[in-house]
Amino acid sequence: MDPKIKIRGVNFFYHKHQVLKNINMDFPERQITAIIGPSGCGKSTLLRALNRMNDIVSGARLEGAVLLDNENIYSPNLDVVNLRKRVGMVFQQPNPFPKSIFDNVAFGPRMLGTTAQSRLDEVVEKSLRQAALWDEVKDNLHKSGLALSGGQQQRLCIARVLAIEPEVILMDEPCSALDPVSTMRIEELMQELKQNYTIAIVTHNMQQAARASDWTGFLLTGDLVEYGRTGEIFSRPRDKRTEDYITGRFG
Amino acid sequence: MLKFTSRSTQKVAFSLLWTAGIITLLILLLIIGYIIIRGLPGFSWDFLFTPPAGGLAGDGGISSTIVTTLYLVGLTLLILVPVGIGAAIYLVEYAPDNRLTRFIRYGVQTLAGVPSILFGLFGFALFVTVLHFRFSILSGALTLACLLLPVLITATEEALKTVPRSYRAGAMALGATKWQSITHVILPAALPGIATGVILCAGRALGETACLYVTMGGSAAMPDSLLSGGRSLALHVFYLATETNAIDKAMATAAVLIVIIVGLNALTNFISRRFQKRMSGGV
Repeated sequence: MDPKIKIRGVNFFYHKHQVLKNINMDFPERQITAIIGPSGCGKSTLLRALNRMNDIVSGARLEGAVLLDNENIYSPNLDVVNLRKRVGMVFQQPNPFPKSIFDNVAFGPRMLGTTAQSRLDEVVEKSLRQAALWDEVKDNLHKSGLALSGGQQQRLCIARVLAIEPEVILMDEPCSALDPVSTMRIEELMQELKQNYTIAIVTHNMQQAARASDWTGFLLTGDLVEYGRTGEIFSRPRDKRTEDYITGRFG
Repeated sequence: MLKFTSRSTQKVAFSLLWTAGIITLLILLLIIGYIIIRGLPGFSWDFLFTPPAGGLAGDGGISSTIVTTLYLVGLTLLILVPVGIGAAIYLVEYAPDNRLTRFIRYGVQTLAGVPSILFGLFGFALFVTVLHFRFSILSGALTLACLLLPVLITATEEALKTVPRSYRAGAMALGATKWQSITHVILPAALPGIATGVILCAGRALGETACLYVTMGGSAAMPDSLLSGGRSLALHVFYLATETNAIDKAMATAAVLIVIIVGLNALTNFISRRFQKRMSGGV
């Protein structure tokens, strides 16, 4: 099957500093693809290139193409707002809005023009169930999203993304601010979600990449050193640098 | 020999800071207490509801000046709030960081330091003379709006800047347009801070005299339109104190004014405390 997202010959610059160097990488449909690498290697930048969140940074410039269903998302006539509805994002720090749990999840659908209360009720319940948060919050939907624990907040943010019914979910180190139990819950959740969604995750935690992903790309100072099936990358890395990184010699 | 250990230094520093705090509090209580005690004998319900008689004796009450004050503050906010908040949203959310916007910011900061009588002279030249609004509540309100614009812009900018960047990124990543993220996420989160700024401006408008002296005239009559001249409460205090012998009436009027201002400040505190509570999730 043709990959959902294909990165082709991407160079990325902040002003004169080159962050990504000639990246070619695929994100197969309904699979989890992990991007690993040491701090500052450009992995978050690569992830943010997939929904054009780098656009807001002044001095950012991208060359090459990112194809979503074979359509270049950097072509000048593409609607960025519509792109971000198709490619949702979960951030490193849980960032619920200072609104109720209900209003957080209903935010996306409301921005898309859904106003009927019954429809919103439906979407909110479905999204919270998918994010495995419904049972914990169903009696407190009007409590502030900020009053939840860190792990719950992150699942709320995942529910908020699911409510806009995206095709791809980007996760930028979604567990780095969470405790081990919450981390495990998010990883289980990712396995559920990959039935319906294409997932790309950035992580500095190699065990997490090995456990949770199907494909892995190893990024080092802007170069994609190695890309392949997660099992192979971790058991038989072809490149010496990959082997050194996953065995903990640096990073 | 006396030796200063770090602990005794700490004790000395603490007591000095404590004294500074107490002195501030004492001065505040002294002013409020003095005015209220001196004002009380001249105060009665009649005083609130009868118009000033004018003249050297300073007879009568303050009803028309209360009405004028309400008109003046209301109209000032009506002009000030949309312009000030709009400008702040532009500066924080839209303006690129270039020479023009840096110049605007510099201009705003400079305006904030200009004495209010200069705004009064400007208002007199433009609103009273050129635009023929005469000595009126309208001229006074327009002048006050100019005077307070930098205050409100700065307060609103600060409120918008306290909204975490992660909210903006979150809204954008959910497919919200910039305008949607401003109206649905950023403004609601900043609203208590903005409200505090607006109330602060209302307080300043209540207390301002110099710039109104030259734009509103000093008519003690009940205003019948926004083009009537008039006196706000603060201006009335000024007239009573300088042009009549009725110092007790001046004190009573000042007492009414100070009660209103203390009330407004309490409201500001209440709102900002709720703001902090909401930001930390304890709704």
